[in-house]
Amino acid sequence: MSEFLEGLTTALPRLLEEGLQATLISFAGGAVLMVIVAVLLGVAGHQGPGWLQVISRVIVEFFRGTSLVVQLFFIFYAIPTLTGVDLGSTWAAIVGLGLNYGAYGAEVVRGSLNAVPKGQWETTTALSMPWTTKMRRVIWPQAWALMLPGFNNLTVMLIKGTAVVGLVLLSDLTFESDQLRRQVGTWPAFVAVLLIYYVIALVVSTIMRLMERRAQRKLGLGDYAIRQARKDTDQVLAGAVAADGSTGVGGGLGTKRDPDRDREEPDN
Amino acid sequence: MFELDLFLEAFPVLLEQFIKITLVVTVLGSVIAAALGLAWAILVRQLPSFLSVPLAFVLDFIRLTPLPVHLLLVYYAFNSLSGLTVGVLVFGVHYSTYMAESYRAGIESIRSGQWEAATALSLPASRTWRAVILPQAIRNTLPSLGNWAIAMFKDTPFLIFISVVEMVTAARQFGGQHFTYTEAFTVAGLLFLVASYPTAVLMRKLEKKLAY
Repeated sequence: MSEFLEGLTTALPRLLEEGLQATLISFAGGAVLMVIVAVLLGVAGHQGPGWLQVISRVIVEFFRGTSLVVQLFFIFYAIPTLTGVDLGSTWAAIVGLGLNYGAYGAEVVRGSLNAVPKGQWETTTALSMPWTTKMRRVIWPQAWALMLPGFNNLTVMLIKGTAVVGLVLLSDLTFESDQLRRQVGTWPAFVAVLLIYYVIALVVSTIMRLMERRAQRKLGLGDYAIRQARKDTDQVLAGAVAADGSTGVGGGLGTKRDPDRDREEPDN
Repeated sequence: MFELDLFLEAFPVLLEQFIKITLVVTVLGSVIAAALGLAWAILVRQLPSFLSVPLAFVLDFIRLTPLPVHLLLVYYAFNSLSGLTVGVLVFGVHYSTYMAESYRAGIESIRSGQWEAATALSLPASRTWRAVILPQAIRNTLPSLGNWAIAMFKDTPFLIFISVVEMVTAARQFGGQHFTYTEAFTVAGLLFLVASYPTAVLMRKLEKKLAY
């Protein structure tokens, strides 16, 4: 036990010094690209003319259907021989992660746009708002609140996805822990790296939760309304007496916090 | 740039690895994950809280940490196990934590009247689960389990971390031998796409069909 703790205290600072940077860079870069790709493909897939929807569908299915590792390898090994453009490890990792998770994100964006109550779309038409105003002022703020839980899940997946960037020769946390294993032993090295990943995931997830609350508050769902909506959601989910719209929050937004759960919700 | 000969040469090589390793790990891993996931979902609900809270924490921890590290840890910590065995076990356990969430959602979607009816009939817990709750819950859960199985299938290249030669590793080796990676990786990507896209479409159909 003491050996394990000793190994852990050697491993933790070493990992924080050496692997963390590469992991955080590929995570941050990947996250930014993910959001850009997701919004572009998602909005195009929902709002664009027919041909654009088809193109965005094909791109999304392509990146979701082939594995992340294949895409990383393709970008890192094949793109340079095909085009002569060598992105290098860091950019290959960022582009690979961003495109892969961005494709998943596009589905989140598309689904959220779909979930904005129909009346809201119809009203903007009735007021003959131009497309940009409609998106910026009416649809997007509501869709944004709906898509944040989905993006929360995706960012956590993205953090875990960065563990493969060692394959394109980036010395990230996982790569460094594998090196450390020889010095401090198997358990301390890998437990240390698991702890670091866990903390990163918790921090990011908490930030996303705060953003979620902010987005809801901007829609006029104050603290009390949010809490109330959550309570009602939990009640419904627990299968208790159906909450009969007692919160009065716009379009039942508060009940859409978790799309996965939402889907399973009994229709009452 | 793109040589059809190499593409055709790589195809059977990769297809063999695909069937021998990728599919085997996916199928066995999914079976383990589906069974364990169900066990977790029921245990977290049934156990007294001093046991279920730690269990839920462990499941959360596994879910929030990366699969490659789990593979490495188990591979080196139990070095008597072969890479393939480690792969199947780790994939099974890792994905069981996701599937447990799906089962949980499925179980929570059962209306409380069903539980109350079971209590009113004083059915024992085992029979309540087996005869009342699970048949309804699993129907809701099935499509989501399928999606996790597809996700696992696309994660099989992680086996490269524990030196199991599956399709993508084979593609990299093939590329290294022929000094060009394009063809081999194209084959690998195509095989993934051909296997996973139709399954995903099928799942979506199933989802619609099973919905009440």
